[in-house]
Amino acid sequence: MIGTKTKITAEVASEHGLTAEEFARVREILGRDPSLTELGIFSVMWSEHCSYKSSKVHLKRLPISGSHVVQGPGENAGVVDIGDGFCAVFKIESHNHPSFVEPFQGAATGVGGILRDIFTMGARPIAVLDSLRFGPLAPSDSVTQSEAARNRRILDGVISGIASYGNCFGVPTVGGEIQFEPCYSHNPLINVLALGIARRDELFFARAKGTGNPVIYVGAKTGRDGIHGASLLASAEFDEKSQQKRPNVQVGDPFMEKLLLEACLEAMHTGAIVAIQDMGAAGLTSSSSEMASRGGMGIEIALDRVPQRETGMTAYEIMLSESQERMLLVAEHSREREVFDVFRKWGLDAVTIGKVTSDGHLRVLQGGQIVADIPAHAIAEEGPVYKRPIATRKIESSSHRLTEFAPADTNLNDNFRKLLASPAIASKQWVFGQYDHMVRTNTRIPPGAGDAAVVRIKETKRALALSTDGNGRWCQFSLRAGAMHAVAEAARNVACTGARPVAATNCLNFGNPEKPEIMRQFSDIVDGIGDACRALGTPITGGNVSFYNETLGRAIYPTPIIGMLGILDDADCAVGMGFHHEGDAILLLQGTIEPRDMSNQQRREFSSSEYSKAIHGIVAGAPPEIDLHAEKALIDCLVALASGRLLQSAHDISDGGLAVALAESCFAAEGLAAKINLQTNDPAEFALFEESGARAVISVKPESLARVEQIAAQYKIEARRIGTVTRGEFSIQMNGQPWLCASVDSLRQIWVSSLEKFLQIAS
Amino acid sequence: MKFGVVVFPGSNCDHDAYHAVGSVLRQPVEFLWHDSSDLAGCDAIILPGGFAFGDYLRTGAIARFSPIMRAVERFANRGGLVIGICNGFQILLEAGLLPGAMLRNRHLRFLCRYVYLRVETTDTPFTSTAHRGQILKIPIAHMEGSYFCDQNTLADLQQNDQIVLRYTTASGELDDAANPNGSLAAIAGICNRQRNVFGMMPHPERAVEASLGSEDGLVIFHSIIDSLAHSTGRDAELKVSAPV
Repeated sequence: MIGTKTKITAEVASEHGLTAEEFARVREILGRDPSLTELGIFSVMWSEHCSYKSSKVHLKRLPISGSHVVQGPGENAGVVDIGDGFCAVFKIESHNHPSFVEPFQGAATGVGGILRDIFTMGARPIAVLDSLRFGPLAPSDSVTQSEAARNRRILDGVISGIASYGNCFGVPTVGGEIQFEPCYSHNPLINVLALGIARRDELFFARAKGTGNPVIYVGAKTGRDGIHGASLLASAEFDEKSQQKRPNVQVGDPFMEKLLLEACLEAMHTGAIVAIQDMGAAGLTSSSSEMASRGGMGIEIALDRVPQRETGMTAYEIMLSESQERMLLVAEHSREREVFDVFRKWGLDAVTIGKVTSDGHLRVLQGGQIVADIPAHAIAEEGPVYKRPIATRKIESSSHRLTEFAPADTNLNDNFRKLLASPAIASKQWVFGQYDHMVRTNTRIPPGAGDAAVVRIKETKRALALSTDGNGRWCQFSLRAGAMHAVAEAARNVACTGARPVAATNCLNFGNPEKPEIMRQFSDIVDGIGDACRALGTPITGGNVSFYNETLGRAIYPTPIIGMLGILDDADCAVGMGFHHEGDAILLLQGTIEPRDMSNQQRREFSSSEYSKAIHGIVAGAPPEIDLHAEKALIDCLVALASGRLLQSAHDISDGGLAVALAESCFAAEGLAAKINLQTNDPAEFALFEESGARAVISVKPESLARVEQIAAQYKIEARRIGTVTRGEFSIQMNGQPWLCASVDSLRQIWVSSLEKFLQIAS
Repeated sequence: MKFGVVVFPGSNCDHDAYHAVGSVLRQPVEFLWHDSSDLAGCDAIILPGGFAFGDYLRTGAIARFSPIMRAVERFANRGGLVIGICNGFQILLEAGLLPGAMLRNRHLRFLCRYVYLRVETTDTPFTSTAHRGQILKIPIAHMEGSYFCDQNTLADLQQNDQIVLRYTTASGELDDAANPNGSLAAIAGICNRQRNVFGMMPHPERAVEASLGSEDGLVIFHSIIDSLAHSTGRDAELKVSAPV
């Protein structure tokens, strides 16, 4: 019988975030009242963050298998076969709430957590990308001075935290994106994607095996930090008191993580390790119960042997601590010595704290007493699953004012400059310059030089391309279309580098799932992602759901972030976005879209664009219609052109439309400009700045033109010559009339310096 | 001729240096664990970049006490070639093998980007195959890279031609805007008076393949290889292969 001093009632359970029904289920599983420690274990493992109780029923609708997929969702990270005996191990995860409470440590430990998910599978991390969402940096009608100042502080802290952790650990931060919307003011999003490489026959899994095998604790000592980080911080809305939750944020030590990485990879090579899992959310509790459950075994641990940073820690505290940089592993019986020797070499604690048992229970002892004894499967897999109420689809109100197109004789040069300076469009060099994006000398396409980051695999001829994308504003207006655009843009970005998109990971950021309208968002967006991933042949191999992104009842835009992985068979075929040579032909590639009546649609679609927001201050309408067949055809076409070495540059059209895409291709090429002449019947603003999908700007050598047009035709892609790479003057004419004309250097100056200027306002 | 790359627990450019020397330049190369005092018969020692012991204190302040550093010191005192890159440079300063100290970058931010360097002297085994005034495009990646020393030391460095690399513009002019971290006299790399110990903040091992953006770092490694090849006679007596 498990002794317990406190009588555990439904009220106590409720304080731990368990509902009356959940508490009744706990009592049913145990056949008795839980001890306080057991209650703690259930409360974290059955929290939204760890159990996916609101999302599980929906996530089943995502495609998760494909010819490249070695491991789909359910392990620490997804695994994809990339050929030549190697696998890519990758996953994206959120660390939103901790980063709002304590930006530096929140972001730093977000990086640390996802890195451990990668190397716990036997893969060495080779790249990190960060998808970040913040509130506006400058005050406006709707943003107060202090709010803008806080947004700038959060951004600065988050960037420093990411830099500090990744740079010290020695993984290059190679990409990602940053967007700004008022809805992220009280709830920034920090989604971190990590990619690792392992030999296919050297992957490790978190499945305990072998009765009597020792369970070994390695890494940092356990302290009282981060207790209930997952269940309290990540699984509830925010209010005015959230700052008091700062002690729930963990503190990162990247040097310790680096030691853990090297020691784990070296220990794995001894062949003495059976299973291994990092202690992330819910620390010792999740790692022990999940390893036991996945292996169909039990685990017994003695807490007195757990290395502790503080004295007098209770069983409850040790089991729930989220101290960083710790791992739990199962070794072959009688081969512990080999494991210990490796960890001693790296100066790390490695202690046998228990053993694998055959009874399927997680049994926890302290001072010779059993303080918890629960079927492991019940904690890890039998958590509550909710089919939460879903609101009916809203009929979109058309009351919002839509953008009026500027009159035919308007000079758009000033608007163009203003757009280039807007934080969403402006260069992120200030950010990427603080990340070590070159360490490990694999970065073929660094941040800002291509549509996706490209890292080579030294052992092979291949390279991998990665992009993260997701437009919350579009999802807010149209759930399914917004989600499909996120997948399509990520895949298009990868294809622009010449890589074939093969698999994706997703981070789904939403408000409170107990609200039917939020579950409507979630359900529709999962369907949108599913449809797009099926159409593009890119299964989802894992990811993370982050609910409760609300403060004071106001939810963020529904924000799915897609991390897309692509394979380049020949790293030397990688294509950047910058123009290459004066005199090269500039072409607009466009997937063939069914002819449709655009007159009503144009203003609606344009009103949701970055231009409409930055120039007209109007955020309304709906995202552009999406045609997944056209997207797929464009992707296939880009991959074919790149593998034929016909592309000098390729850049997809997204935020800011054609004009911004052309300008960025100039900015990425020192000293080059573009002379463009468009033939169009559309209003000028629409032609220059609309953001519909399935389009890319490429440049090719004049002698390749015929071949490029021929290949494009094979894929039913329209390849229209729109101009020439020049020097000096950036100019766009429409039907022979000049619309935009400025020196490329002056435009670059605006674009490069803008973000820093925003951050210096009153900081 | 063999290179040794020292591995401190938090070195993270060790593999990059190893790759540059072993795979790109095809020279024999070996990792040397910090806890050993055996230089394994290496002819040139590389202290690579990274965060040797986390560098939560001063960069390099703990690394200088590693057993390998006593062996490196003996090796250097006998004329052996030692190059410290980034964190390796910081460690050489802390160990007293080079004069001066590092301050945090002037804007207090980590900086990772290409910079331009001017070769100030070719009278070192690390720049002997360069030409004076040659401009090298090589990346930096550091938080504490603002070189500092007192005026007497600076005068010594100048007088003895110990300033090997300076930050300049692409066309080779000294310019405050081209000095990324606020280093005194735009110093990017210095050698000791005997000219066999060299530290530089930029990463030449990241600039050895054109496909990654630059191969200007090759000249540093070619110079070392060339210098070793021309000193084979001296070589034998320099080897420190076991703890003394």
